[in-house]
Amino acid sequence: MKVPISWLKEYVEITLPIEELAYKLTLAGLEVEEIRYVGLPQPGEKQQATKISGFSWNPEEIVIGEVREVMPHPDADRLVLCRLDDGKQEHTVLTGAPNLFPYLEKGELDPPLKVAYAREGATIIDAYNESKDMALTTLKRKKIRGVDSYSMACSERELGISEEHEGIILLDQDAPTGQALAEYMGDAVLDIAITPNIARAASILGVAREVAAITGGKLILPSLEPVMEGNPIKGRVSIEIKDPELNPRFVLGLIENVEKKSSPYWVQRRLKLAGIRPIDCVVDATNYTMLEIGEPLHAFDYDVLLERAGGKPPRIITRRAKSGETLTTLDDVERKLDDFTVLVTDQSGPLSLAGVMGGADSEVGEKTKNVLLEGASWNYVNIRRTVSAQGLPSEAAYRFERGVHPAIASQGVQRCLEWMRKWTGGVVAQGLVDEYPLPPFETRVKLTPGDIERWLGISLSAVEIGELLKKLDFEVTIKKDELVVGTPPHRLDIGEGMVGKADLMEEIARVYGYDRIPETNLADELPLQAGNRALELEDKIRDKLAGIGLQEIVTYRITSPEAELRVFPPDQSSPELDYLELANPISSDKTVMRRSMLASLLEIVEKNRRNRERIALFEIGSEFFPNGENKHPVEEKLKLAIALTGVRTHLSWQCADRELMDFYDLKGLIEELLADLHLGNVSYTPDTATSFHPGKCARIEKDGKYLGIMGEIHPKVKGNYKLAEAPLTAAILDMETLLNEVDDLFEVESIPAQPPVLEDLALVVDDDVPAQTVQLLIVQTGGKTLAEVKLFDVYRGKQLGEGKKSLAYSLVYQHPEKTLTDKEVASIRGSIVKRLEKELGAQLRSW
Amino acid sequence: MEERLDLIRIEALSALEPVDDEKSLENWQVKYLGRSSQLMEIFKALGTLSKEEKPIVGRTANQVKVALEAASGEKENLINQRRIDQVLEGEKIDVTLPGRRTISGSIHPTTQTLREIYRVFGDMGFQIYRSREVETDEFNFQLLNFPPHHPARDMQDTFFITSKQDRGDDPLLLRTHTSPGQIHAMLEHTKKYPEDPPPIRIILPGMCYRYEQITSRSEIQFNQVEGLAVGKGITFGDLKGTLSNFARRMFGQEAKTRFRASHFPFTEPSAEMDVGCFLCGGDGCSVCKGAGWLEILGCGMVHPTVLENGGFDPEVYSGFAFGMGPERITMMRHHIEDIRYFWANDLRFLDQF
Ligand SMILES: [Zn+2]
Repeated sequence: MKVPISWLKEYVEITLPIEELAYKLTLAGLEVEEIRYVGLPQPGEKQQATKISGFSWNPEEIVIGEVREVMPHPDADRLVLCRLDDGKQEHTVLTGAPNLFPYLEKGELDPPLKVAYAREGATIIDAYNESKDMALTTLKRKKIRGVDSYSMACSERELGISEEHEGIILLDQDAPTGQALAEYMGDAVLDIAITPNIARAASILGVAREVAAITGGKLILPSLEPVMEGNPIKGRVSIEIKDPELNPRFVLGLIENVEKKSSPYWVQRRLKLAGIRPIDCVVDATNYTMLEIGEPLHAFDYDVLLERAGGKPPRIITRRAKSGETLTTLDDVERKLDDFTVLVTDQSGPLSLAGVMGGADSEVGEKTKNVLLEGASWNYVNIRRTVSAQGLPSEAAYRFERGVHPAIASQGVQRCLEWMRKWTGGVVAQGLVDEYPLPPFETRVKLTPGDIERWLGISLSAVEIGELLKKLDFEVTIKKDELVVGTPPHRLDIGEGMVGKADLMEEIARVYGYDRIPETNLADELPLQAGNRALELEDKIRDKLAGIGLQEIVTYRITSPEAELRVFPPDQSSPELDYLELANPISSDKTVMRRSMLASLLEIVEKNRRNRERIALFEIGSEFFPNGENKHPVEEKLKLAIALTGVRTHLSWQCADRELMDFYDLKGLIEELLADLHLGNVSYTPDTATSFHPGKCARIEKDGKYLGIMGEIHPKVKGNYKLAEAPLTAAILDMETLLNEVDDLFEVESIPAQPPVLEDLALVVDDDVPAQTVQLLIVQTGGKTLAEVKLFDVYRGKQLGEGKKSLAYSLVYQHPEKTLTDKEVASIRGSIVKRLEKELGAQLRSW
Repeated sequence: MEERLDLIRIEALSALEPVDDEKSLENWQVKYLGRSSQLMEIFKALGTLSKEEKPIVGRTANQVKVALEAASGEKENLINQRRIDQVLEGEKIDVTLPGRRTISGSIHPTTQTLREIYRVFGDMGFQIYRSREVETDEFNFQLLNFPPHHPARDMQDTFFITSKQDRGDDPLLLRTHTSPGQIHAMLEHTKKYPEDPPPIRIILPGMCYRYEQITSRSEIQFNQVEGLAVGKGITFGDLKGTLSNFARRMFGQEAKTRFRASHFPFTEPSAEMDVGCFLCGGDGCSVCKGAGWLEILGCGMVHPTVLENGGFDPEVYSGFAFGMGPERITMMRHHIEDIRYFWANDLRFLDQF
């Protein structure tokens, strides 16, 4: 809502500087997003937290001038010379303004034309500089086509009023020649963000009420008594409301013999500053009144309605649209109507989309002489549905869909008729036709100082509370210690019961001042401290993985099926996957919720490939799956995803390990992570999964429970991405299983008193025997005394024979109480070797 | 005899003076303390002396020997130290060469900010509560006092999810804020304690989604942290106190706060909390866009309807709620110009955290 301060001052006394007013409004919930200066002087350095823009008019340089005669330029058809008086002396001013040409060679003008005159040396906006917004220029003396030029009559763009530059400003006749323009019509426009709860302030009067309540300035209410001198309206039109829930009130007024011409300049200027384009004095009056008091109005051509009614008094009917009904709105679009759309009709059919837009047929036009003026009240939900179904936002709908009090309907019609009378010269018919079947429920909220203390933490007496509410026109009666509060007839936002109390408490706090409510600390009982184990585990994993060289990433969870399919080999038929689909995607690459963290991760690896020779990433996030009928419709699974590619360590001046990371780097990371979580008994079993290399993929399990999958990405899948040669490995772990399996209370063994016995053991086995099997047998056979087993060498060579490999282990024997003898160690070793020979056909190579 | 011993001592000590390496020290030791040194000759000849002379000379000779040995030991020490110094001189390295670093990664900036928020509110007794990202209209809007077609829904443009069954006025959607978690948490709580429920203090972090064009200032996906405190006698003053404490912990003890009236359907009164710009101290800079204040969070007293929807009687209980964007806070603190950096995951950005 753009509020010119000059207009606001007509309804409320303002003594504060503009910036201070803006600051107070902002604190009270009417956020002033910008102050745009249009003529008035701007504040100095120290401003109050509001964005400031615009242009100020120097009072010495820019004044009101009068053009007394418009004469031809001796040498140029498209320029004229004006004889102009600036209050001090006469000047000859050169201009090409098309709106002066009608006055050319008309001799001495009576009355003269009032213009905005910029004297020699004045600074104005350079209207021809397209490159910069508001580039300034200073008027200098020069010769144009042989005529001296040093000053000018300004356009609106040159003064920062609007973008208009077709002609110069022609002021109203009462503008005093010689007066500083800033003094006459300097302004500043507050751009206020109107939140839904302050919809009542979507008008100048509405803002004025807030200003009065907040600053204590006196509210000046506009007169609502139009001069009515025409034939009474009664009997010349009638109203029928089919559904009062949708249309609680409908008011009509009539003005006859209007002359459609331009509105006075001050009206046009205000409309422009408020962001509305002036059309003619009839349309301008409806818009001006809507901005002024908040009631959107609609003007019908009365003669068109008479004609449609066959010369009889028209009957206006409001009702829901019938199925298949259409209406051509005044933007010339034929609209199909929904059954919830409310229409204003007559007996011949629809006239307008109620509260949203008028119809083309009954619109006021060039030839309109008699205007029937509608002010109504509509159900805001219904207006909203119509606006979104028809894609038709408008200034009227903006207000109706936020709720306009029905009481304002008649006020709007009365006020607008008076403006029309003044600006069109028409005659207003006596009286109004007013159907008001459903006045709003009158709320009476009971409130005590105890409520205020309990909710706001301030203690005020009933009288003090009453005073605060009265500033906002609430009707307050106090009985003992209880206030009974009635809502003023311009608000619809106060509920009943406890909700009504809260609604009032917000108003009390705003007027009292949020800044005056003292800060306190929570004093109620400390709730149960339960912690959040899942999050704590996640954070532990994050710390561990970052500590061992991985970067945490967070990716988009909205993706596309195409992006997700990249993790499948291209020669496989694409699987039919059931995605959670967005009904209203914003772009074609973001249409579904992801099912695969792997796809998200590989995309990020691809993105970074040119900038990093080592990429090690992880993410903890959700995958989304549509669910079966009986459960919650969506399953969200939290996963940990890891991806690894490139060289093992960064380039360094010494000792850099420049080998490429492979399966075992990834496995090492996972082993370290799981060891850190004290997760024992984890097995890695060869597996095949579509996205992974068939020979380099393992299923990770804990006591037979599926923890996740890891491996090298299938080269065919890798081919779907732009990636370097290096192997790319990845793992996806299930966070929920991990959380269930991790036990925070692991046991710690005491430090043995006796020294351990260390020895190495090398065995030859068939190449296809998994190392995990060998290790498991050694551990099982070694029993408690075998404290540690570590594989430190894997070797294949000619002397071992085809299909054989040697595995070398370092063993640590340790007894908790005694020193082991050679004999005891030999016996354990013996049984290990015997079991390996028997079960795996292993041969002892050395020990 | 004693004079001779004295001479030996003087001569030996003065001969030791110029000795400055191991070799000459060894020669000196042979000459003055060796088997055929003059001193040893005297010891050997002790037997030839008279009964009276013998102990006197013996004692003096011994004193000389001890003195010479001590001097020799001292010298040896000196030579050794000097030798170490010489070796060290040769071992000089270029300390400006880079060190050998282990490889480490880092935690995503949003996670880091989230953790700071958790810590501050954790200290004030707030527990972390998480809930699902795909919600129903009922939980995301209706129970939070946004009836269908309410104008406040304009402030939260929503992604809806297609559904096989017709869900009428309760479509599935991507949550636009973590507030539905407030309802879940309150309902779980009041179901568990139907009589006189104890207070709740939680914060609700998580990913949220809004239907918006992606620009440097707005994203379709962002994290939010909400907070909720419900109990008997919780006031707007408590809200101000708690959140000002948070601001001081998060932005420094000097941080100033300001509460502006605002509107959210699920709180009343509602407010926005601004923090005095910690980059320019309130004078105005590019981060605060000249205002001197930074918008940090929205907050308010929990709306009676929302309390009731959560199973609390608003005539007895009251509470406050607040919500903030950890990405936005991270942007302010590190002067990040573009919110798209957060999910683009360019390592050149992430490496800096
Ligand atoms: Zn700043």
